[in-house]
Amino acid sequence: MYAQMIKTARSGVKSREEMTDQERAFQDKVDRDIKIEPQDWMPDDYRATLIRQMGQHAHSEVVGQLPEGNWITRAPTLERKAILLAKVQDEAGHGLYLYSAAETLGESRDELVRLLHEGRMKYSSIFNYPTLNWADIGAVGWLVDGAAIVNQVALQRTSYGPYSRAMIRICKEESFHARQGYHAIMKMAFGSPEQKKMAQDAVNRLWFPAIMMFGPNDSESTHSEQSMAWKIKVKSNDELRQQFVDQTIPQIEYLGLELPDPGIKWNEERGHYDFSDPDWSEFFDVIKGNGPCNVDRLKDRVKAWDDGAWVRDGLMAHAEKKRARKVAAE
Amino acid sequence: MSKEWPLWEIFIRGQHGLSHRHVGSLHAPDAEMAIKNARDVYTRRNEGVSIWVVKANHIAASSPDEKGPLYEPSESKIYRHPTFFDIPDEVGSM
Repeated sequence: MYAQMIKTARSGVKSREEMTDQERAFQDKVDRDIKIEPQDWMPDDYRATLIRQMGQHAHSEVVGQLPEGNWITRAPTLERKAILLAKVQDEAGHGLYLYSAAETLGESRDELVRLLHEGRMKYSSIFNYPTLNWADIGAVGWLVDGAAIVNQVALQRTSYGPYSRAMIRICKEESFHARQGYHAIMKMAFGSPEQKKMAQDAVNRLWFPAIMMFGPNDSESTHSEQSMAWKIKVKSNDELRQQFVDQTIPQIEYLGLELPDPGIKWNEERGHYDFSDPDWSEFFDVIKGNGPCNVDRLKDRVKAWDDGAWVRDGLMAHAEKKRARKVAAE
Repeated sequence: MSKEWPLWEIFIRGQHGLSHRHVGSLHAPDAEMAIKNARDVYTRRNEGVSIWVVKANHIAASSPDEKGPLYEPSESKIYRHPTFFDIPDEVGSM
């Protein structure tokens, strides 16, 4: 998802017998759905895993602005431009909520940003795909934000209080993102034959990257167990992916478009749609840094950070000068 | 020479007549910028009519370890609640 393949800071799940009294009391709280708050005692590995997950989630929100920001100046109407601008601004806000939540665990935002820029932390694989035309912007809002919502709705119940509260806020805003995307695609799907072709082309390219967002199949997802026991993760990758597929198919049918997967079929017995796996070798390749846009995305983030340094330093110097003057006057 | 902007805790009054509530935190060089940033981050959809900002390190908090001794004294004093007293129906609402 926005946080993929988070390596839990320990391997395997600790049994109750292995736990110290403190750890047992902690696990009991988690089991009873009592939120863990910043000042509460928590296992070091819980803290480390959460910082990794929330940090990656925050980075994804921020890097996710790049493929969309790309189209702000080229939106087809002033109204679409204003909407896209508002959405991209929301993403900055979402990044900020999540950095703030991570900071409550004692990790500074600047440090998380430094780790991202040094390539030691990741962001979601989806943002390493390009947005080639306006239809992609619609498809990103609809499918990418749609997938994000499925994950984030589940995470509202996560055990760490500040993370859960950030998710609740984000979900409220995210629903606007998915709907504006669907609306934009709807316009094209019901427009001229050329527009409809563009919409179909965007879906063809983005469908598999979108379902990859949930991460590898559960059978391959080796780090999930402890995170699930701690309720850092609430639902498994495959559960979330299935939920996304099930909710998206009626949406695409309404548009008269097709999913680029001949394996999609309603399975009466399971009560879910069957669908094909994405090409997981592509997923692991993108994660490793070999996606179409990995290099550019990181370069753009580093440049934005470096170019903004004089503003950050200037405002800080100004604030210090004002404070010194105030002290002198008193 | 880069220095990280200090952290501010943000409190927002949702509507007139309600008290300010903690909504989150953000970084800003000074109080004035913290209010401006809070406007952009926490009130993009009419969430508030007033903003307070407080430097995070100026907040003193009770320790979770003292939860017992801090709140236990009130638990045993159930007579502080009006429902402790049975009032006859004949008396009417009280």
